[in-house]
Amino acid sequence: MSEQQLFKVTIDNITIEVAPGTSILEAARKIGGDVAPPAMCFYSKLKGSGGKCRTCLVEVSKGSEKDPRPMPKLVASCRTTVMDGMEVKNITSERVVDARAGVVEMLLINHPLDCPICDQAGECHLQDLSYEHGREGTRYEFQRRTFEKHDLGEYIQLHMTRCILCYRCVFTADQLTNKREHGILSRGDHAEIATYIEKSLDNDFIGNVIDVCPVGALTDRTFRFKNRVWFLKPVDAHRDCPTCSGQVTLWYRGDEVFRVTARKDEWGEVESLPDGTTAWICNTCRFDKKHTGDWVIEGPRKISRHSVISQGHYVGMHKPEETIEKVLHGRKPRLMMDIHSVSQVNQPNIDLSQIEGPAHSDDFNPALPKKD
Amino acid sequence: MQNLTHRSKDVDRRPLSLWEKMYIPSVAKGMSITFGHMFKKVPTIRYPEETRPFSPVFRGLHVLNRDEEGRERCTACGLCAVACPAEAITMEAAERKAGEENLYREEKYAARYEINMLRCIFCGLCEEACPKDAIYLSETFAPSNYARKGFIYGKEDLLIPDPKTQASDLAAAKGQE
Repeated sequence: MSEQQLFKVTIDNITIEVAPGTSILEAARKIGGDVAPPAMCFYSKLKGSGGKCRTCLVEVSKGSEKDPRPMPKLVASCRTTVMDGMEVKNITSERVVDARAGVVEMLLINHPLDCPICDQAGECHLQDLSYEHGREGTRYEFQRRTFEKHDLGEYIQLHMTRCILCYRCVFTADQLTNKREHGILSRGDHAEIATYIEKSLDNDFIGNVIDVCPVGALTDRTFRFKNRVWFLKPVDAHRDCPTCSGQVTLWYRGDEVFRVTARKDEWGEVESLPDGTTAWICNTCRFDKKHTGDWVIEGPRKISRHSVISQGHYVGMHKPEETIEKVLHGRKPRLMMDIHSVSQVNQPNIDLSQIEGPAHSDDFNPALPKKD
Repeated sequence: MQNLTHRSKDVDRRPLSLWEKMYIPSVAKGMSITFGHMFKKVPTIRYPEETRPFSPVFRGLHVLNRDEEGRERCTACGLCAVACPAEAITMEAAERKAGEENLYREEKYAARYEINMLRCIFCGLCEEACPKDAIYLSETFAPSNYARKGFIYGKEDLLIPDPKTQASDLAAAKGQE
């Protein structure tokens, strides 16, 4: 094809031209902002994802230029491709807003709402979704389904109770690793992510399921309960890694690297590299390289200022210089109290980030000898 | 110059009248006001012996709450610390081990929890932020101290007595002896 004809599509009264075969969701993301429908299961970097969570429902008020009839039902925008002259209503349609609130209520039916203990809190898509599109209450009054928590290999913790069955992790394992070892067992209400017969996952790229999980179902065991994401400072860094791109975000608290993740774009998806491939990172980078010396720091990561993660991080801040020393002719101010002499928290000789799993009562017991 | 308020008065610089020059009537007027106060209700109280009733919304020293079974309610979610405008609260979390279920309510708990009372402004935002009913501002003042290090309150200072094992202490702390 020499000259590819572009389709004109109007989403929430904003017209954009996109290539044929683009989904409505991706066209809306090109416009950006509130026009883009939320997506819990669709992941543009994973083939075949989408169509499961129904949060991206939109109303098509005009099918195309040739057939202007509206579509009778709301459609999942991640799986519906655009037609020329299509008119789509997202937030301008009351039906969509109402349906989306219903979908959120549905997704939260079995969700334990244990955000205070969940490590995903603060960067959880389900939190954002329910905050922005959900209703305040639930009408569900039955027992929520519960599962035992489960270790997927030595680094990944699975909390099946939090899972919304988006299948992103299954696609990741399927497409990134050459041998798929986990999937969804059982059906309907009993469906759960599992590795068959407790088979542990030991592929180099399996850690990426943590990044693709939109909720806190799959979390990093090396970061488990160590700190809250909004107290950490994200910094872009890279390293010469033989297996992966080595492009990561380090999450600092003071001088300690608490966790390593892939770099995520504004849609919460792992960023693309300049050559078009996705910057998935390997398990070595993610779980084992937790010293600043392992990395070349590039600079602070930009976080949307609406995110709780950006709290306390000021951009372009001008720090006033210390004047006391000048006034006192070079004499240093007397330190009245060293906080470490009293405080038990954040003691200089204990590096929480270097403990392998979550900290336990032994790690905080001064009577017991240190393991490392 | 334009006046900023309508309440300003020009200073009266006229020479004193004979009545004013006598002084004694003015002195007597002042003395009578002072003397009259002896028959009025005393507004002050003798503080350490007597105390005033606190308002029900008084925000004093923090306590960390336990549930009815004496388990700590705090899960170290960090919402109090992020809500704190003075950055007075710090904590470190740990995972509950098997056998510690009678100590901590949830699988995650605060292994260390500290409030720097020198920083705290007693605004009560931590209490508002807490999703687990774990932190409350009580009706007590922070006691005074000569050293700064006495104002770093750890978990042992903040936790309320266990209602199961230290029921009498808890009643005493609530003032129901």
